[in-house]
Amino acid sequence: MELDFSHILTLAVGAIFINNFVLARFLGLCPFIGVSKEIEPSVGMALAVTFVMTLAGTVTYFVQRLLERFGIPFMQVVAFIVVIAALVQFVEMFLQKAYPPIYSALGVYLPLITTNCAILGVAVLNVQETHNLFDTVLFSFTAAIGFGLALLLMAGIRERLDLAPVPRSFRGAPIAFVVAALLAISFMGFSGMKF
Amino acid sequence: MSESGTIEAPAAALAVEPIPTLGQDVARGLWTDNPILVLMLGLCPTLAVTTSIRNGFSMGAATFGVLLGSNVVISLVKDFIPKQIRIPCYIVVIATFVTLADQAIAASSRELYMALGIFIKLIVVNCIILGRAEAFASRNTVWMSARDGIVMGLGFTCVLVVLGGLRELLGVGTLMGVPVTPQAFQPSLIMILPAGGFAGLALLIAGMNAINRRRSA
Repeated sequence: MELDFSHILTLAVGAIFINNFVLARFLGLCPFIGVSKEIEPSVGMALAVTFVMTLAGTVTYFVQRLLERFGIPFMQVVAFIVVIAALVQFVEMFLQKAYPPIYSALGVYLPLITTNCAILGVAVLNVQETHNLFDTVLFSFTAAIGFGLALLLMAGIRERLDLAPVPRSFRGAPIAFVVAALLAISFMGFSGMKF
Repeated sequence: MSESGTIEAPAAALAVEPIPTLGQDVARGLWTDNPILVLMLGLCPTLAVTTSIRNGFSMGAATFGVLLGSNVVISLVKDFIPKQIRIPCYIVVIATFVTLADQAIAASSRELYMALGIFIKLIVVNCIILGRAEAFASRNTVWMSARDGIVMGLGFTCVLVVLGGLRELLGVGTLMGVPVTPQAFQPSLIMILPAGGFAGLALLIAGMNAINRRRSA
């Protein structure tokens, strides 16, 4: 299999910048708003999401093949979400046993990731875009990188926002959304990039 | 809450919480416990599909249906589900209703199905539904769970319609597809793009905060 670098770059840049999962596709917003108050938990969440998303994207690729083999593609939602929930559970148990320091750093975010729409979103998008196995793994990984990037940008800004004189009605969530809007506008600048 | 071991504890344990009236419940779902503006759940579909009133309403209706259905079913089977595996069981119930909704929308309107996209399938991870199942339907009667589903679904749909209306009006100059703005008004397309979604939601929450503050002042 030849490595088409331009194809890889297009997919990667597309997932990270042009169609950023949070700022352009609106996936993974609940943890985005919830965790991005400080940089440290954001780093933990970004790493956990990257790990789970890549794994989930890959596993659901095979689940979809299985569903099509048995002629029940409409069971996609049920099958995917059950597999993802089970996967997250296994990852949590495995990390707890095998890598306790990593578990204590990332563990608290793992149960939250099951209902992170970015995970199911990436699984469904992989099927929709009819990615082969390599594209699936690459897309899942880079989409998670994009999520992490947006999360870290947001956390950096919000940490400074804490010290700014925000109007009373806007304190907390509203100003965070305004910041997200500005980030979304800036990421719009990436659209139309070609290689 | 009284501490256990004090004389008040047994009396407090016997006290029954007053059941809210339907009106109070509706006010709860629409305002005080609004799933999007207060509880901050279900943000992804809120921002993604509110590009017009029609899309917002359709997504709200679909979520409403799934919420009502899953609340009722979970309330019916709550006594048969072992506590340790209750969350996966709830998820399967919710996923079933989402599949039904997905197929129903795909069959009835191709255009709407394309507009709502993957967010129909993502209703299954909408934290509102799992949250209400865990917090309410797993501990209450079928009728109360159904009512909770209706009330929360109503609050969710209202926000979607209002946000959809705001974005459609300012972004394209129409309401429900009908042009309502004067010729001189130049709509700003950014309102139906992601940035406009974030900004619109920020305005709604800030507006709610301002009204709440004025009320309690």
